[in-house]
Amino acid sequence: MTGLNEYIGLSALLFAIGFFGVLLRKNTLVIYMCLELMLVAATLALVAFSRFNGILDGDIFVFFILTVAAAEVAVGLAIIVALYRRRQTVQVDELNSLKN
Amino acid sequence: MADLLFYITAAFTVFCALGVVLNRNAVNAALCLLLSLVGVAVLFALLNAYLLAVLLVLVYAGAVVALFLFIIMLLDVRADQKRPFKLVSLIASLAGLALLAGGISMLLTRGQLSASPPPAAAAPVGSVLKSYAELLFTTYLLPVEIIGFLLLIAMLGVIVLCKKFESLEDVK
Repeated sequence: MTGLNEYIGLSALLFAIGFFGVLLRKNTLVIYMCLELMLVAATLALVAFSRFNGILDGDIFVFFILTVAAAEVAVGLAIIVALYRRRQTVQVDELNSLKN
Repeated sequence: MADLLFYITAAFTVFCALGVVLNRNAVNAALCLLLSLVGVAVLFALLNAYLLAVLLVLVYAGAVVALFLFIIMLLDVRADQKRPFKLVSLIASLAGLALLAGGISMLLTRGQLSASPPPAAAAPVGSVLKSYAELLFTTYLLPVEIIGFLLLIAMLGVIVLCKKFESLEDVK
């Protein structure tokens, strides 16, 4: 029987992969996808906790996370499009106006 | 049976998540994200959260990944396909990954996570739709209203962000 530990371990692994991607990649869109991956990993942990403790509050919280994530993606992608129109790039290492 | 399904789905999800990170092509990365989300939805179904599994596929796989693909096509980013990963960022991200994985494995081995017994005999609490509605409209009524307001604000924000640039181009 798969227990809570397996689900939390998988969730942590997915979160770590997303974190790795955020640090490794330079494309803003791919970084954003990795952020979404981390968010989904957190929801998996919440659902697993909720199931193994026999309460529903974690599931309700996942509702709110899904809603906030949808709003966040819409606003974030609008910002990326605005940035691309202004600077003609989405690579984070070329967006260095504040560097010097 | 459920064990086997869990391990197969977990391997599939992790493989697709690695595909998101390591794929050079942004479109392929988005499609890998889609597959990974479907894997997480199957895991939700294994945890008896059927409603959340359906919502995850609808909201994430349906709306969010479609939006990502739309923006990728719109921006036409092909510049980084041939660009190799920088050695410094590769080392830094591997070090960050090792730190995070070490901390989490300490938590898993030393923590008390497995102490709570799985309520196998009890009714699967996430599979009843009525209990969701009851909680959402009693205990969590205020957060639901706030979330609705947040969606309105996000919609207004997107409109403002896009409209402003149109007017700037008109000025030019």
